[in-house]
Amino acid sequence: MSEKPASEQKSEDVIRYVSLYEADDKIYTRRITGFYQRLRRYTGIPLMAGFLLMPWLVIDGRPAMLFDLPARKFHILWLTFWPQDAMYLAWLLVISAFLLFTVTVLVGRVWCGFTCPQTVWTQMFIWAEHVCEGDRNKRIKLDAQPWNFEKIWRKSAKQSIWIAISLVTSLTFVGYFMPIRDLVGGFFTVDLDLVPLFWVLLFLGATYMNAGFMREQFCKYICPYARFQAVMYDKDTLTVSYNNIRGENRGPRKAGEDYKAQGVGDCIDCSWCVQVCPVDIDIRDGLQAECIDCGLCVDACNSVMDKMGYPRGLISFTTEDAIQNGKTKVFRPRLIGYALMLGIMISLFVYSIAIRVPVGLEAQRDRGVRMYREVEDTIQNVYTLKISNMDRATHIYDLEVDGDFPFVIQGYKAVPAVEGEVLTIPVRIAVKTSELTSTKSEIHFRVRARENPEITATNTTTFIGP
Amino acid sequence: MSTFWSLWIIILTSTNLVLLFWILMANRKRAVKGEETKEAQTTGHEYDGIEEYDNPLPRWWFWMFILTFVFSIGYLIIFPGMGVWKGVGGWTSVGELRGHQQEAEAVYAETYGVYSKMPIDEVAKNPDALKMGFRLFANNCAICHGADGGGNPGFPNLTDKDWLYGGTTEKILETITHGRKAAMPAWVGVIGEESVVDVAEYVLQISGGEHDAAKAEKGAKVFAANCVACHGADGKGNQAVGAPNLTDKTWLYGGKPATIRQTIRDGRNGVMPAQQELLKEDRIHLLAAYVYSLSLEGSN
Repeated sequence: MSEKPASEQKSEDVIRYVSLYEADDKIYTRRITGFYQRLRRYTGIPLMAGFLLMPWLVIDGRPAMLFDLPARKFHILWLTFWPQDAMYLAWLLVISAFLLFTVTVLVGRVWCGFTCPQTVWTQMFIWAEHVCEGDRNKRIKLDAQPWNFEKIWRKSAKQSIWIAISLVTSLTFVGYFMPIRDLVGGFFTVDLDLVPLFWVLLFLGATYMNAGFMREQFCKYICPYARFQAVMYDKDTLTVSYNNIRGENRGPRKAGEDYKAQGVGDCIDCSWCVQVCPVDIDIRDGLQAECIDCGLCVDACNSVMDKMGYPRGLISFTTEDAIQNGKTKVFRPRLIGYALMLGIMISLFVYSIAIRVPVGLEAQRDRGVRMYREVEDTIQNVYTLKISNMDRATHIYDLEVDGDFPFVIQGYKAVPAVEGEVLTIPVRIAVKTSELTSTKSEIHFRVRARENPEITATNTTTFIGP
Repeated sequence: MSTFWSLWIIILTSTNLVLLFWILMANRKRAVKGEETKEAQTTGHEYDGIEEYDNPLPRWWFWMFILTFVFSIGYLIIFPGMGVWKGVGGWTSVGELRGHQQEAEAVYAETYGVYSKMPIDEVAKNPDALKMGFRLFANNCAICHGADGGGNPGFPNLTDKDWLYGGTTEKILETITHGRKAAMPAWVGVIGEESVVDVAEYVLQISGGEHDAAKAEKGAKVFAANCVACHGADGKGNQAVGAPNLTDKTWLYGGKPATIRQTIRDGRNGVMPAQQELLKEDRIHLLAAYVYSLSLEGSN
């Protein structure tokens, strides 16, 4: 930035130096009750309960959700996913993306305000703050006053609750990756391996830092969703908005006065909407990237409107079209498109899960010095079969081959595979020299569970001859 | 590393660090024209009526940057990052590798150790040991002997009861540990091409194949003079020197007349590489048990 010498500047052009790196202002949120605050609590409770209970639940003798990284198997409810099921994960990510698009087009950033872990945990931490240190004014006063007994005990009580919440969070989270009973037991009897202990402490620290100190900074500077959500908005997207037509000009007024005659709008400029905001913005400035659509300013404004005897909804969940034209077009091409894609993706996902067969077969031809062998009047190829039993029962797999020639299986003996086992079995396939007419031909292997012929898998490879 | 490249790295790295630090510090404050308000200015970019605020970055961001500087300087002192500087931590990539190898050995020693004290014929009956043996076989032996141990031309079939050097557990262990060098000399220079054909017919005769009786009779004399030393008077071979039995129908290189003639004419020099350096004792013990188990099954 070029700088003119001070003498050339006009008197109002005062040069001010600002730091490029600013200390963030601590936000003291005012506690508010109202519809959206209650909604936040009631969406948060089942989410938290689900998160906390899921690793403890047992289905068919195994945790309801366990990402078993050493064994490379993901147990989710009744399903077990193997590395070769990575496709389902891709499907799931595509579904999540489209779900996010659809929801964003329809109701804006409700994910942020009501269900995002950053928000939910921040909400819990603010609750601890409120319980231990009192409401906004008390907290400001407490922070300003010198350290004394009251400040120390209030602060340490708050910190204890924070750390306790963080510990529960990190133990639960790590519990998704290793059996939680061993983990919690080991943690409290100080008998935990270094690696799980490291992860527990890391997530404890991360939760504590995030919900205790990062809070809205995360939404403002780090979260990628905040960056691109704006492109999904349109004029009919439901979002928290200030009705500036009704509210302006804002200003204080005496009770019972005919304020409209003085040219002031419904906004009394009490700044409650700013005080309750967890990201410290003024919603009256319009749509902002920081706004997480949590609706607390709506609650705050409504309570003020009630006091003033004005109609509610000066700040409300509404759309740009509703403010400007009084009408919202809900079914618009963009929404229909997203919803349609979402529907297709979910159907495909459910279908592919439903037709999933819990056996995998891989056949690999020997890459030996010579790939085929002549024994008497036959040509033989050796294959290594990998049969993965992905079912939750023991099965015996029978082998069939099929191809261009009358192939004969030699040296394959069906052996039982217990659940989750990968059998590696060599098998020799022979064909009569007189029958074989081409040097390379296709050969199809098929395994079938003896008890349940539905469980079958095929694999195609090649047979090499002279 | 030559002095030049060492200096190059040192200068480049430190210049980078100093430069970045200078940029960070020199830009900490910036002059802003305007009123004495805390309101952020715009950068002056405008598109479609959308303006970009010129907000300052949060201070933790700055401190995080400082922290990475401190980390990188500490890292460069402890680890070898500055040219030939070895670092005070004494870290080397070779040392790291050795450490991992030792760890792995310790882990495997526990797994294999259970079986290396058991006699091989006992291990050959243990399903868990055989599973491990199969994996070792697949990784180390299958490339020549086939995934099922059924062999390939020039590479013995391990699933039959026909052994070149003996099929006892001790012999199998010895073969895997020290390897084998077969030495069938080339005979064409000694006995001449005509006798090569005759001997081949004789060999076919004693193995029960189709042959020319007249040639075989001549061949028998040549055989008696030259081949019995290794293959024995009756052609049944000698496991002490690895001379194959010629009277069965098992052929290492193939039993067609042309192949047999080639063997006699040019000789054969099969090599089974010694595994003791590659696999160590406990793995060889398991492999020997696995191979022994293959011959017990005796499939094709």
